[in-house]
Amino acid sequence: MLPATKQKKNNHSDIPDEWFQPKQRDEEQAETVVRPSLSYWQDAWRRLRQNKLAMSGLIFLIFLGFMSIFGPILSPHSVSDQILSNQNQAPSSTHWFGTDDLGRDVFTRTWYGARISLFVGLMAALIDFFIGVTYGGISGYKGGRTDSFMMRIIEILYGLPYLLVVILLLVVMGPSLLTIIVALTVTGWVGMARIVRGQVLQIKHNEFVLASQSFGAKTKRIIRKNLLPNTMGPIIVQMTLTVPTAIFAEAFLSFLGLGIQSPFASWGVMANDALGTILSGHWWRLFFPAFFISATMFAFNVLGDGLQDALDPKLRR
Amino acid sequence: MARYILKRFILMVVTVLIIATLTFFLMNLLPGSPLNEERSTNETVQRNLEAHFNLDEPLVVQYVLYLKSIATFDFGPSIKQPTETVNSLLGRGFPISAELGIWTILVAVVSGITLGVFAALKHNGIIDYIAMTIAVLGISIPNFVLATMLIQELAVNRGLFPAATWSTPSHMVLPILALATGPMAIIARLTRSSMLETLTQDYIKTARAKGLSPVKVVVKHALKNALMPVVTILGTLMAGILTGTFVIEKIFAIPGMGKYFVQSINQRDYPVIMGTTVFYSAFLVFMLFLVDIAYGLLDPRIKLHDEGGG
Repeated sequence: MLPATKQKKNNHSDIPDEWFQPKQRDEEQAETVVRPSLSYWQDAWRRLRQNKLAMSGLIFLIFLGFMSIFGPILSPHSVSDQILSNQNQAPSSTHWFGTDDLGRDVFTRTWYGARISLFVGLMAALIDFFIGVTYGGISGYKGGRTDSFMMRIIEILYGLPYLLVVILLLVVMGPSLLTIIVALTVTGWVGMARIVRGQVLQIKHNEFVLASQSFGAKTKRIIRKNLLPNTMGPIIVQMTLTVPTAIFAEAFLSFLGLGIQSPFASWGVMANDALGTILSGHWWRLFFPAFFISATMFAFNVLGDGLQDALDPKLRR
Repeated sequence: MARYILKRFILMVVTVLIIATLTFFLMNLLPGSPLNEERSTNETVQRNLEAHFNLDEPLVVQYVLYLKSIATFDFGPSIKQPTETVNSLLGRGFPISAELGIWTILVAVVSGITLGVFAALKHNGIIDYIAMTIAVLGISIPNFVLATMLIQELAVNRGLFPAATWSTPSHMVLPILALATGPMAIIARLTRSSMLETLTQDYIKTARAKGLSPVKVVVKHALKNALMPVVTILGTLMAGILTGTFVIEKIFAIPGMGKYFVQSINQRDYPVIMGTTVFYSAFLVFMLFLVDIAYGLLDPRIKLHDEGGG
């Protein structure tokens, strides 16, 4: 018997005998998780980082935010300084992005425009967030008659051509930054309200909501503490996509002469002022505002797309 | 079906009514009368003018008269251009804007769907990347920026197309291109994602398994279903194209409705602003109504009777 086994072992090439010992079971270690446990947000961030396009959008936006604060300081020229001897100068070492037809520095005005665009975009997104989340949360959670009544209102608002309403309000209230933001949010929150309502409808029958209800939590608390944290993903995506819409609307309105007024600079105003100069070849006056509008919208769009993928629990690995 | 249409119809009328009311009262909030000019007119002339425009009536009466004028499709005279009425401006501008709009939608839908379908069929291939790059760029570049770039490149630098006005087909190329790129990009993205989803369905496998030609599978089986989401956003896209015509007509000096609208805003010509706003809104809401009905007819899964919400 013994020699036979020995013979067999020799056939087994040169793997040492010890390797065939059963591994000792450690009762305490059996329960530990090898892979680090990631929270929803950590996992979303990990997946967002893998999306190169979305990350470059994010980096561009951080750069833009930084420059909108410090850009005007970097340049010795102010937004509205008119140096008439310096009309339509090409980009040079004194005027990095050139000057416009009134001798104003395009570099300073570009970052000033960034300030306004980002401000309009972020404010619109924030106000949309507060109105839309409250409205959608109540509508979805209450359900029944309240819901169908609130949804009727939304249906009507949704049918309104929003830019026409905005133009109408601007005509009446007079063009200013505040008016633009108010006008944009009057109809803008509807999209957010719809998304939040849909999400709330989906999760409101979960047990943790029932638990809160049985503890006697008020509607406000349930919406804020139980429902909203679980709908944050789609809300954030919607906010990221609201910002470029608002930025576009501001530029569009300023371009039509309804938005920000001179001497303040907005990308739309700058593009509008530059329209007449196409034939004269002062390309820098159109190029810089046009480039930054497009790049900002592009960055927000790809970031929004990236967030959509990253925050979708179905795609979680 | 009849009930669904009726419900949509009522919603449409209510929406138009709200816009008309909103327009009316917002315009009345403005300080001063629209007839107050820099040059002073004597008392009697002023009074007669007010009577002519019914401005001496109480607000409620004015409101009723206003609703009546909308219902009879008579938007009254322009204040700043005495020889014009809102109707005559609309009559002149609308056909041109409609021509621009219809071509834009055609170009956007055809090229958008083509791009989206090819991107989906070559998923993750070169065509897919190119198509989606075009799409993201198309969404990101505002139409007025694109329009000025097109004029600069194709009209001024290369002289391929005329830079402005609206007469021959070659005049139409640049405005249509500038206006159609955004909607095209949105349609392309939507078609692509919807196509990708449809292509994994079992009935597509069945269609392939029974030996249908690939073209037939794609066109007849997949595309027909994949296009449903595209139909739903057509209404929203039309709103975008319509407001887009404001800037495009301004940039290309096209004598359409958008030009008159912008002009009336800059001149504070209130009857024209009110008339065109209501006309635009009614037109858009009617388009949304048509899209809704078309959607109901195309998708047999929509039962077309009231089930609350929607």
